Amino acid sequence: MDGVHWAHFPHQADMGVRGVGPTLAAAFEQAALAMTAVVTDPASVAPATAVNIECEAPDDALLLVDWLNALILEMAARHMLFSRFEVGLDGRHLHATAWGEAVGIEKHRPVVEIKGATYTELKVMRDESGQWLAQCVVDV
Amino acid sequence: MNLARLKQGSDVEWRIAPFGKMRVPAVLYADQALISEMDDKVFEQITNVATLPGIVQAAFAMPDAHWGYGFPIGGVAAFDADAGGVVSAGGVGFDISCGVRTLHTGLKAADIAPLKQRLADRLFTHIPAGVGSSGLLRLDAGEMDAMLRGGARWAVEHGYGSEVDLDRIEEHGCMAGAEPNRVSEHAKRRQRDEIGTLGSGNHYLELQEIVEIYDTKAADRFRLRQGEVVVSIHCGSRGLGHQIGTEFLKQMVIAAPGYGIELPDRELACAPIHSPVGQAYLGAMRAAVNCALANRQVITHLARKVFADIVPGTRLDLIYDVSHNTCKEEWHTVGGQTRRLYVHRKGATRAFGPGHPSLPGELRDIGQPVLIGGSMGTASYILVGTEEGMSRAFSSACHGAGRSMSRHQATRQWHGRALVDELASQGIRIRSASLRGVAEEAPGAYKDVGAVVAAADHAGLARKVAKLKPLVCIKG
Repeated sequence: MDGVHWAHFPHQADMGVRGVGPTLAAAFEQAALAMTAVVTDPASVAPATAVNIECEAPDDALLLVDWLNALILEMAARHMLFSRFEVGLDGRHLHATAWGEAVGIEKHRPVVEIKGATYTELKVMRDESGQWLAQCVVDV
Repeated sequence: MNLARLKQGSDVEWRIAPFGKMRVPAVLYADQALISEMDDKVFEQITNVATLPGIVQAAFAMPDAHWGYGFPIGGVAAFDADAGGVVSAGGVGFDISCGVRTLHTGLKAADIAPLKQRLADRLFTHIPAGVGSSGLLRLDAGEMDAMLRGGARWAVEHGYGSEVDLDRIEEHGCMAGAEPNRVSEHAKRRQRDEIGTLGSGNHYLELQEIVEIYDTKAADRFRLRQGEVVVSIHCGSRGLGHQIGTEFLKQMVIAAPGYGIELPDRELACAPIHSPVGQAYLGAMRAAVNCALANRQVITHLARKVFADIVPGTRLDLIYDVSHNTCKEEWHTVGGQTRRLYVHRKGATRAFGPGHPSLPGELRDIGQPVLIGGSMGTASYILVGTEEGMSRAFSSACHGAGRSMSRHQATRQWHGRALVDELASQGIRIRSASLRGVAEEAPGAYKDVGAVVAAADHAGLARKVAKLKPLVCIKG
């Protein structure tokens, strides 16, 4: 695994999202992109409007789930999709900005709504090469 | 699943004797083919459930069981509050009270045939479905709380349907013990404009033809006639339920060690029923059940309006409304003793047998209608609760087909457009905002619902009454 990237991994009923990057924050940003890609092609989403997000959790793994769940809440309540993320970490406190736009049925052809990020296949770790990986299954 | 790890009790019953920290055995209901195909994760998850404090009798898996979160989907477990029993947010699931309701149209399939296209188009236009859709109602704080307390009764009081509908809904349309003040502002914010929306994924509204009757007596009582068309609606508590599930899962994970609960899996997060977190969850979860009941009631109203415009004079009378993801306080007889238990059904349907006091008068002597949803393009079934089912799995049956293939695999195997065309050639009209969504929900990605229902019938969990074939499917 090298470079910054995101991926999906299979789950029988739902979908796994994985982010990889040189820092924990970068891996969290990539995991968020992977989540958008469950719904639509992230390239189709204009980063027009910024939304600020803050959350806190007792460990890195729970923080990943909280971060994704905070995004899911904003996606649902604002009817938005996001395509650009900037994550800052201060210990177990996360502050971030997500940029996106309102969901357009014609423009985005959204596949499925995400109900929540789960603790299934939840992993936040650093490999021997120093790359961070952040992943979990999202319920759709 | 490796059959060598199971002890076969009958053609459709398999037991796992307690080992490790299991407090009770696990019992799986399925025929050999279904059980062989079941993921090993189901074994792991159902045996984990059997370790939870206060569990009574056994942890059960229904014939459609598959890998879920903490509990398998198709998992049933009952807990005694006075014996240290727990309530588990993972044991209920994210889509609290997701369920199915089915309505009579009184129309023959032949009458509908020339109107199918129009009905499909109008239903798709009038019933908000899919990502980004919003309902016609926007609830302020007072109305939100009233809806969370009142459920389908709240909807009826606001002109969505009539009093007689309530008799045909579990809890008579209104779950007692709902506490809107236990529901976070985030959850309420997520729900503000989502009442009367289908959602997405495997949710749908279908027109279905009754193509086969297996039990004429029960079918008569449910007023099911071969060749007639029914409407089925599959959806749940929308964003509110998802948010409650998310928030309490975290709270319970953090609180568990303080209650001396060792979680074999974080998703099994739970709290004692007699604890502040347990009580707060129950109050919020019951509010979410009411949200789901109100949601299905408003969607029913929208469907009735479409039918009234296109086929004037049509009444859509409710046959029944069942919820799949719940924890309910019920009385059950265990080892000759009648006990008050908290029954978790995660992707499982309640299936009360004849005589149960919660059934409406006209159904009480026959048993509860058990509605089993198929997947787009495949059959759905109506079953009836049985006397023997009351002593098995706390009056529970399967809830649907259950996936056999991941969404990734499905999109590799099928293309949305080709699938829509293929189903059209079989007389099934699909309407969906997303073709990739259609591919992910391909009928072939699910287990054979016929085999699942046959196993439930054979195991005595519920008895087959009628088979329904889809004519129109509005995909969420």
